[in-house]
Formats: sequence, structure tokens, C-alpha cells
Amino acid sequence: MLESLRRILALIRKELLATLKDPRGRFVLFAPPVIQCVIFGYVASYDLNDVPYAVIDRDRGGASHEILARLDGTGVFHRVANLTDEGELKAYIDDRRALLVLVIGPDFEREIQSGRSAALQVVADGRNSNTAGTALGYVGAVVEDFNADWRTAHGAAQAPLSLIDRVWYNPNLETRWNFIPSLVGTLTMLQTLLLTTLSIAREREQGTFDQLLVTPFRPGEIMVGMAVPSVLIGAGQATTILLVAQLWFRIPFAGSYLTLYSGLLLFLLAAVGIGLLLSSIAATMQQATLYTFVLMMPFMLLSGLTTPIANMPVAVQYFTRINPLRYAIDIAQRVYLEGVGFGRLGADLWPLAALALVTLPLAAWTFRRRLT
Amino acid sequence: MNGQAAAPALCARGVHKSFRRETGETVQALDGVSVEVAAGSLAALVGPDGAGKTTLIRLATGLLRADAGELSVLGIDAAARPQEVQNRVGYMPQRFGLYEDLSVGENLDLYAELHGVGAEGHAQRYPQLMQMTGLGPFTRRLAGQLSGGMRQKLGLACTLVCSPQLLLLDEPTVGVDPLSRRELWEIIDHLVEREGLTVLLSTSYLHEAERCHQAIVLNQGRVLVQGAPRLVTDRAAGRSFLAVPPSGQNPRDFQAKLLDGPGIVDAVPQGSRVRVVCDASEDAASPLDGAALIPVPPRFEDGFMTLLRQVAGGGGAAPISLGRPLQRHGGDAVVRVRDLVRTFGRFTAVDHVSFEVRRGEIFGLLGPNGAGKTTTFRMLCGLLPASGGSLEVAGSDLRSARAAGRQHIGYVAQKFSLYGQLSVRENLSFFASAYGLHGALRRERIAWAMEQFGLQPMERLPSCQLPGGYKQRLAMAAALLHEPELLFLDEPTSGADPLARRGFWRRINALAGQGVTVIVTTHFMEEAEYCDRIVILDSGLLLAQGTPDEVRGHAIGAGREPTMEEAFIAVVERTRGRDGAGPQA
Repeated sequence: MLESLRRILALIRKELLATLKDPRGRFVLFAPPVIQCVIFGYVASYDLNDVPYAVIDRDRGGASHEILARLDGTGVFHRVANLTDEGELKAYIDDRRALLVLVIGPDFEREIQSGRSAALQVVADGRNSNTAGTALGYVGAVVEDFNADWRTAHGAAQAPLSLIDRVWYNPNLETRWNFIPSLVGTLTMLQTLLLTTLSIAREREQGTFDQLLVTPFRPGEIMVGMAVPSVLIGAGQATTILLVAQLWFRIPFAGSYLTLYSGLLLFLLAAVGIGLLLSSIAATMQQATLYTFVLMMPFMLLSGLTTPIANMPVAVQYFTRINPLRYAIDIAQRVYLEGVGFGRLGADLWPLAALALVTLPLAAWTFRRRLT
Repeated sequence: MNGQAAAPALCARGVHKSFRRETGETVQALDGVSVEVAAGSLAALVGPDGAGKTTLIRLATGLLRADAGELSVLGIDAAARPQEVQNRVGYMPQRFGLYEDLSVGENLDLYAELHGVGAEGHAQRYPQLMQMTGLGPFTRRLAGQLSGGMRQKLGLACTLVCSPQLLLLDEPTVGVDPLSRRELWEIIDHLVEREGLTVLLSTSYLHEAERCHQAIVLNQGRVLVQGAPRLVTDRAAGRSFLAVPPSGQNPRDFQAKLLDGPGIVDAVPQGSRVRVVCDASEDAASPLDGAALIPVPPRFEDGFMTLLRQVAGGGGAAPISLGRPLQRHGGDAVVRVRDLVRTFGRFTAVDHVSFEVRRGEIFGLLGPNGAGKTTTFRMLCGLLPASGGSLEVAGSDLRSARAAGRQHIGYVAQKFSLYGQLSVRENLSFFASAYGLHGALRRERIAWAMEQFGLQPMERLPSCQLPGGYKQRLAMAAALLHEPELLFLDEPTSGADPLARRGFWRRINALAGQGVTVIVTTHFMEEAEYCDRIVILDSGLLLAQGTPDEVRGHAIGAGREPTMEEAFIAVVERTRGRDGAGPQA
């Protein structure tokens, strides 16, 4: 038992040395998470900061002037042109010169003054439905404000309902707050999977595997010796991302580190299990890399990071239950932003533990079977 | 030779070439080399590792440029017009780039297209090449599934598709078994004699230089001798003998003693006797100690060793001594193999093989490529389970108790297989722990390995940056840390030069002398002479076993004592002829 432990420790030390000794190796492991984190933080956002729009104003009255001034005043919309006919409208949308075109009819002012409802037509570029939807939402809010102010100014009755919103855990609804904690799962998974999958494939390809097998190492010891360094390095990467999130982006950490790291540990074990399984199947490093990327894409898409799982077809929703990333992202977001404790994470922790308990022994079994 | 009047095919004048190593030091690969190869002749480049053989060949292809000096190939300045040189020269590097997933025919087509050989030229050349190489029946086979010898033949055929005037071959026969080697040489002879090609090749099989028109001996970037091979052989004229060991003395110990003795240039075992080359002095009398000497005609190798000793002086590796006596496990037979079978699907790689290896002996596994040597070897090491039969290594059956049995064996793979990124010390430290050494014993064993194998100066260097010889020493050191009673060596001397090989065998000899059992596979048939007993395998069958003398006895009839290589070919051919079935090629 003690001897077995000594051998495993030697293997862990060797793996860590081989991975971290080379400055290039260290750079490849720890620089991309930081760089990607910063890129995601600044680039990947659903918030719109600059919406170019054009207008066809056939009325040119006080009301149309008022609503355009309100739009320009948001700081988000900027007018790129005042158009006169529909042909120009199509050209502006097609060439992406404008995301939206507002069409104000000739009787706009008159309709409002006479107490009827006037139509404000908005044509949006739906080629990116996400952006178009968000932009339309902003226009809707401006129109809502306009309506309310108009009623007050003209002594009309107030609308029966008024909405008062409070957004918890992300008061300003910044996409960044949602994305960056999720990267703790996403980036770590990619790197851990790749590292683990390459570990045995590298030994095979460089001929060191036979040398390892003629030593008294048992297959199980080799598996543990390969798994532990990957988990350690994965935890190191997750820590790097957490540091960037807090020190650079100043996103407040609401939960407990113990909870987060316990969840991460289960997640890393599940990921390493998958990695080792791939590793015992892959004959070369090239195959190992390919397998990793083939798997990584569905893991990402079906993780709930970019699109809600509840919107997916039911069959696919079942599939997401064997996706460790789904649980890791949920844990990261909820612990980081919401501050939940162990008690309310059961739905995430148990599946991860089950995944680890299935993939690790399966990997060990495949590994042993491939040896004979 | 018919090239007297014609311009030389290759002419180098004072060529210099140096390289920078990754560690920053500069290596002078060629240091003022002047050579000439006559058109239509066959020339051999020989010399120790790092002598500059490959560099000279690559310069002649125009792939490298010399730092100084002139080099003309077929009358063209290789530095100024490399493309013209490449159009007329065929070059086969040590590892020829065959596409393993393409068939034999597709590889040939590809190389023909790369060289711009048109369809009609191709159609004319193709049957010739197929007939010459004997690859005709295998055009549809994938190159990755060819044996080592056939791959070399295919490489040669690919080099020949463009009908070159000068053929440059870098170690074409290395790692190829004797039968395939003989076939390769028949092709080369045919090319020179019938097609008038000029061939320059490098080789570490010294007897191959003997059959060339010209031998060029390189050492540390300088030419030692160039001219007819006899010029080299004659250096040892009148100094080659067979020495009979004094009664009661093991020929192996006698050989080791001679190698250390004054006045002795070279000593290699040959059956129950030792082949000795003395130097010009009379000093050799004392180590020979009145042993009976039978004068024999010198070989090229004798002359070569004499030459090298004159420039390089004596020395070589000091033999190793184990720290303390070995512990024994099991009986006198360290390895017992009974009816061993291994099948891969319907193919039987090892077919009911039985042999025993006794404690403290050097045991050789010989055979052509695909004979089942490696499969047998891997089963012995516990890397591959047997399909049938029984196997006992160091007192345990590796199939049931593999982890325990492995504690008693050491294994050195053919290809360097330690961790390249880790330093020498880190590698040793890892393998010491892997074998369960810890605390004071671990420190002691690592210190022992560093000292015995002279690794101290390289302690902190990543092992991938070690020079070739040191890599092998490190691999041996790692395999001996846990004091195994059984050492497995897979093709340990493949690609090593004659001097390095002698150093290596001295170490092995010393280990065996101290009770370590050594099991070795080798392509160099003369190295079988260092073994106490050998087995010859072919197509999975055990063809012969016994002492080298006994095996040599199978080939009597040549009138003189046959060489090990001749004996090997005789044994393999006789069995193949008897069965009526050729090898599965």
C-alpha cells in the first residue's frame, strides 16, 4: 500500500515536472485562460452599446422630433441618415449601414393630437436575431417612456399597469457577470480534457509507455498518477480565472470557496475520467487532440452557457444530463453570483459525482483491456 | 572501373561545415574534407558516429551549403545550382519518407510525379524497378505493412524512378536483417555494373565496405584514408590472429582481458576463440600470456580499428561493477519458456517456441524482420500476454504476477524511451521511485548510476539533448537502478558505430560476469559471438539454438569456418527451402 502510494507520487511528480518545467508549457497552460477571460469579458456581450439607425420621417412634426431626440439621447442609438423613400431603406439594411430604420407616417402628429394611437413602424435587420431583438427592446422602452410622459403632460389617464424591475445577482444585467464565472467551467474543461487525453497518448507515441509498463506500476496506479496532475492543473487554471474575474473585472464573489472548489473537484474528476477514457482509446497524440475537439463542441453548445437548456428539444435536454459542463457552469454561476451553499447544489453535485464514478472506472477498465 | 577518363561524379575540395547545437556549442561536422568519387564506381563512407558521413552526403545533394570549400556533383557546383544537382541525383536518407497509408504502387507514382517523370517514362521504368526489387507481387500492399527490408527496397525504388546518374544512400542497410541486406546489395551491384550508376553510400557494417571499389574513412570530420578497401585492410596485415584461450578460461573473460591489454588494437570473440589484432609493438605478448595464436588474413574491420586506434588512442568504456552481489530468485534457469504461442487474429507470430536461459549468461535472440523476435521479447517482459504455453521469468509467471515479476527485470527499448523533457537526474529519480527505491538506498543507487555510467557532467541536461551515446548509457543506468537479475536489451547496438558497440559489449560482459542474466536481440550477426547461447527465429519458429559455435556448425561445408552471418543465412534458407514455402515476405 505504502509502496503503491510512493509509486503514484513519483508518477504525479514526473507528470507535473514534464508539464510545468518548460516555460512554454507553463505559458500554454496559464496564459490562454487569462487572455480568453479578458477577451470574453470585453467582447462577448449581449448588451448593445451602439445601434446605428436611419429614419424616414414623413411628418416632420413636433412629436416625431421628440421621439427621435429621445432615441438619440440614450447614447446607444445614433442616427446615420434621414431617408426619403423605401428603396433607400432596403439599401441601408442590406448593407448593414443601419440596424434599424424607423418609419414615421405623414399623419403621425395629427393622430396623436386627436387622441388616437399613432403607428411608429420599425424595420430591423433580423439576420442576427439576438441583436435585433435587443435593439427592438430598447426602442420599446423609449416608446414606453414617451407614452408615459405624454400622458402626464396632457392630463390623460395613466396606464393601468406600471412595471418596477429589480434584477437580483446582476443588478445592471451585465453579460460579463454571467459569462466570466461560467468560464471557470468552460476553459478549465477544454484544457483539462486536452491535457489528460494527451498524457497517455504522448507516452505511447514517444515509446515511454513500454518503459513504464515494465516497471512494477499497476494499471490502476498509472491511471491515478495521470489523473491527479490533470486535476491539480485544472484547479490551478480555475483559480487563475477566478482571480481575473475578481481583480480585473471586479465581479463580486458572493459564495464560499469551499463550496465552489468542492464542486470544481467533482467536475474535474468527471472531466478527467472522460479524458482518460479518450486517452486509452487514442493511439496517437493527433487522434487524442481530434477526439477532444470533437467532444468539446457539443459539450459547449449543450451546456446552457449561450442558449438556455430549457429551450432545447426534449431529447437533447436528456443528453445534457451527461454533460459535466452543464453542472459546472450552474455551480460556478450560482456559487459566484448567488452564493448558494452545499444544500441547494445537490442537483448539480450528485450528477457530477455519478459521472466521475462511471467514467473513471470505465477508463481504468478500457486501459487495462487495451494492455492485453 | 571505367571512370578513369571521365570527370569524377563527385569532387570535394577542402569542404568545411559546422553546426550549432541547441546548447550553444559549435560542432565541426566536416573539417577540410577532400574526396573524389569516380563516375561509374561504388564508394563506401565509413566512420564512427558523428564523423560527418551524413553531412557529406547531404552537402552532395545540395540540401546543405558548405561553409567553405568547393563541391561539384556531376560537374555542377552544388552550392550555386542545387536544383540542377537534385534533378540528377537520387538520395535516400536514413529514414526514407514513405507514405505508410499509401500502397507500394501509389508511393512509386507519387515519387514519379514529384520528380516530374512523365507517364511514358514511368511506364518504361516501372517494370524494371519491380523486377529488380522483387516488389512486383506487392504493389497493392500498404507501405506501412511492409517488412523493414522491403521498405528499404521500396525506398530505393522511389529514389530510382527519376533515373538518377548518382545515387546517394545514407545507411541503406541499417536495421535490415542479413537476408534482406544481401538482396539490397544485389540491387546495388546491378545498378553499378549494368546501369552504369555511380553510388556513394554510408554504412556501419564494415564488411560491406570491402565489396566497394572505394572506401572513404571519415573520423571527426576529417578523411583518414581514401582509396581501394585493401588500403584499409592492409593496415592490419600480418597482425590478425585467432587466439585460443588458455585452458579453463572463459573466452569472454579472455576477450575482455585482451581488450584492456597493451599492444592490442582490437579483440572480439569468435566462437570459442578470440580474434585479436595486435599493434606494431611487441607489447601484446604479456596479455596474450602464451595463448596459441593462429594467423588469419586481416578483414576490413581489423584495418579500420587499427586506423582509429592510431588517431583516437585506446580506451573505451570502463566496465561497470554492481554495487553489491545480486540477490537470486528462482532456480538456475532464470527464464523458462515452454511451447510459447502468440497469435494475432489468424496470424501466428510465435509458434510453439521453447527455450531456457541460464543464470548469468548472455542470451541472444536472432532472426530476420518479422521472425517473431520482438513478439517473444515483449512477452518475456510482460508487455504482451501469451496466447498459449508457459513462461517463467525470474521465478514468477509473468502472466499471473506481472507486477511482482517486473521488480526483477530491467528493460532497455530499441528507441530511446526515457522522458525527454526531464533531466538526467530527474529521469533516474523517477525510475528509482517507480521500482520502489526510497530514502538512503535511492540516493545511493542514483549516485552509483551517475558514477558508473559517467553521467555526472550531464546531470542537469534534459535527456532529449544528450548526445547519442549518453542516451544509451542513461537508458542502461535507469534499467539497472533496482539491481535486476535479468536485463532485456532490444536491438541495443542498432545504428551504433563499431567503437560504441565495443564499449557497449564490454559493459554487458562485465554485468554478465557479475551474475546478471542478459537477453538481447540483435541484427548484427557477428554480435551473436558475444553471446553464450543464441536462438534463431524465423516466421515464428525456432530454427536453431545453442552456442555460437554449435549454430555455426549448421553451415559447415564452405571449406573454411563460416561467419555467423553465413551460418544464419544457411539456417534460415534451409528451413524455408524444406518447407517449400517462402517467408510471408
